[in-house]
Amino acid sequence: MPQMIETKDLTFQYDIEGEESCLVLNGINLSIEQGQFVAFLGHNGSGKSTLAKHFNAMLLPSGGSCMVLGMDTGDEDKKYDIRQSVGMVLQNPDNQMVATIVEEDVAFAPENLGIEPKEIRRRVDDALKAVDMYEYRHHDCYRLSGGQKQRVAIAGVIAMQPKCIVLDEPTAMLDPKGRSEVMSTIRALNRDLGITVVLITHYMEEAVQADRVVVVDDGQILLDGTPREVFSQVKLLKSVELDVPQATRLLYRLEEAGIQGLPRGVLDDEECIEVLSHYLEVHGCR
Amino acid sequence: MIRDMTIGQYFPGKSALHRMDPRAKLVLLVVYIVMIFLASNFWGLGLSAVFLLGTTMLSKVPVKTLLKSIRPLIVVIVFTALINIFYVDGNTLVQWGIFRITDKGIYTAVFMAVRIILLVLGGSVLTYTTSPTDLTDGLERLLSPLGKIRIPVHELAMMMSIALRFIPTLLEETDKIMAAQKARGADMESGGLMQRVKALIPILIPLFVSAIRRAYDLAIAMECRCYRGGKGRTRMKQLHLGGVDAWGILATSLCLGGVIALKVLLPSTL
Amino acid sequence: MPIIETKDLTLQYSAGTPFAKTALSHVSISIEEGEFVGVIGHTGSGKSSLMQLLNGLLKPTSGQVLLEGKDIWESPKEIRKVRFAVGLCFQYPEYQLFEETVAKDIAFGPKNMGLDEKQIAARVRDAAHFVSLKPELLEKSPFDLSGGEKRRAAIAGVMAMDPRVLILDEPTAGLDPKGRDVILEQIRDYQQARGTTVLLVSHSMEDVARVCSKVLVMNEGKNILYGTVDEVFSRAEELAQIGLAIPQVTRVFLGLKSRGFDVSTHVYTARQGRDEILRLLKEKGGKP
Repeated sequence: MPQMIETKDLTFQYDIEGEESCLVLNGINLSIEQGQFVAFLGHNGSGKSTLAKHFNAMLLPSGGSCMVLGMDTGDEDKKYDIRQSVGMVLQNPDNQMVATIVEEDVAFAPENLGIEPKEIRRRVDDALKAVDMYEYRHHDCYRLSGGQKQRVAIAGVIAMQPKCIVLDEPTAMLDPKGRSEVMSTIRALNRDLGITVVLITHYMEEAVQADRVVVVDDGQILLDGTPREVFSQVKLLKSVELDVPQATRLLYRLEEAGIQGLPRGVLDDEECIEVLSHYLEVHGCR
Repeated sequence: MIRDMTIGQYFPGKSALHRMDPRAKLVLLVVYIVMIFLASNFWGLGLSAVFLLGTTMLSKVPVKTLLKSIRPLIVVIVFTALINIFYVDGNTLVQWGIFRITDKGIYTAVFMAVRIILLVLGGSVLTYTTSPTDLTDGLERLLSPLGKIRIPVHELAMMMSIALRFIPTLLEETDKIMAAQKARGADMESGGLMQRVKALIPILIPLFVSAIRRAYDLAIAMECRCYRGGKGRTRMKQLHLGGVDAWGILATSLCLGGVIALKVLLPSTL
Repeated sequence: MPIIETKDLTLQYSAGTPFAKTALSHVSISIEEGEFVGVIGHTGSGKSSLMQLLNGLLKPTSGQVLLEGKDIWESPKEIRKVRFAVGLCFQYPEYQLFEETVAKDIAFGPKNMGLDEKQIAARVRDAAHFVSLKPELLEKSPFDLSGGEKRRAAIAGVMAMDPRVLILDEPTAGLDPKGRDVILEQIRDYQQARGTTVLLVSHSMEDVARVCSKVLVMNEGKNILYGTVDEVFSRAEELAQIGLAIPQVTRVFLGLKSRGFDVSTHVYTARQGRDEILRLLKEKGGKP
């Protein structure tokens, strides 16, 4: 089975007239298996969004290559096959809706692909059910909440029946409720439909939910591993202006203060409580 | 506030009117407009009004909602009426200096006002019962023969549907920017004409910047969803003329016949 | 005397029609001078309406807003003065930048106040300093700044009015962790240097716990809690019921307490958590 996405020595530079060209991505080697849920972390300007835009041929590498299911993104003939295989959801939900009514917006991509009307109907219904927005199919997009809009945008991509979806900071403009709606939708798509998910984010709580976290800094891959492996590197993450979950930070601070034997990379509250109560118990603090 | 404007708004529903083919609705709207302009007396207008009332009842759009669509045009209606009151000759009723009100003037003014109101309401019944996508779809197909003479019908229809989609978003944005500038002490309510025009700059510039940003984002989103123009594009909703459309055409034709008969049989108001 | 106070404040949209919608109902709060208040609540809880009522952008359906004991709508013609005294910085404020240069944009508020050139220049300089915008940036077009710089320039535009009360609606929305920290620190420094009363609307309990002295919780158009950070966050269950999550560290300490450890639950940051664990180890345990 070919890799969902595979990059080899990928570099990307902007050429601004009259100025020195600016190297945004510098030698990215990455391969993402089908069905994986990968989160890309990095601060603004780290290059993570630029990288994501290579995954569906919106940007083409200046050097190296980017392959999607064995297709080279530089191959003009394959452009639409790639975009159909790798759907992309953007940050601002308002700016990616084309039609006024929910189901008409979801139908936009399959219509572009020239699919039979009956099949479009089926796909639109399935996509709306997958993001739990089926009851809203006749609603006005404009009146939905931020989280609902973003779920409609996801449905609009799912209707292409992609193998992978790339979400570029999909929750940055949402409130906590919208954020958790979108996150549980993404998880369900990955778990139930086996869709590969690439999530670009700067929220740690979201990255923790992925199978794999890739930290991008200054156009290069800094860390790549499970959330536990990545978040145990508190010092390194701090040096590139990233955060870790509070529970992880608490144990890190205790370690700094000289307490030994606490595990690293603890992510959720339950585990943290477990670890601490065990430690306190052993030291006779009850 | 600005948000109350209802241009291009759609009132979702499943009535007979909602189910009609947008092409039929568009053609019938044109017939309805012709009908109103043919009507030369209040009987003819009355029949058109009855027709409008009938379609409104069928559409299940609340009359109050429908009436809202007149609000932005009140100035135009009043202005037209006033011009007619003062400029149409007839038997003088009242006179101040050069201003003279005649019986015929009042008649014409009322007639014109009713005519405009019926026009606007007719158009609104169409937009309220037809989603913007359907509307532009219908328009695109009706006008598709023009494609042969190199008029980019698909592109125009797409532009129109995107414009309709973004009207409420941009109106809301205008409200927000206005509030933000007012919070910094912008004064939009006082001063002369020049000052008021100047006071618009802090609102218009951010609005343009935002519209450009949105357009850029939308273009990317459309490309990500494999948009490549009208070629090879299919539609989820197939348009086909059905029973409802036949009834609609029949009813409209009967009404048109009635209005013509009234025009021939009864004296003209104008 | 409280600097700003509301009495039975109620706001209905489309009041008097069948579509009337109550955004805020009978809110009575009073905020003392120099307080740093975090305002939390869901979207639609009424917090945004409340903020706009406090500076007179919205007019209450009933009830009063008192600024230093005086009803702000006593003379409606003077409402602009209220807006200068209660500065409001909206969410995503960078979208309101419009002038040719950053300096001119920051000067928009002070200019509307009718200050003279010299005063305006001083205001712009001070405000830019508080959000650490370098002087060379001031002569650039606001549209050439980076995202974080635009946000800071817009906040400076409100600070430059030198308001008695500064209201910020989610000033860190959409920023990355570094950008968030920088802006929060700048607001805190500003608050401490000027003694301005600050209201900070935020979705992040951690941010509120870190910089605020008081917390106001809004839900369904009502003010349901107002008190110190300790007072409000100690009612974790009530907050959870209306779907507001307390900081993760606080949840950890509540868990430890329920397992019978004698820990304080007034812990909101990792640093406080560390100190609390160290205290416990020192007092009860053997070696730390």
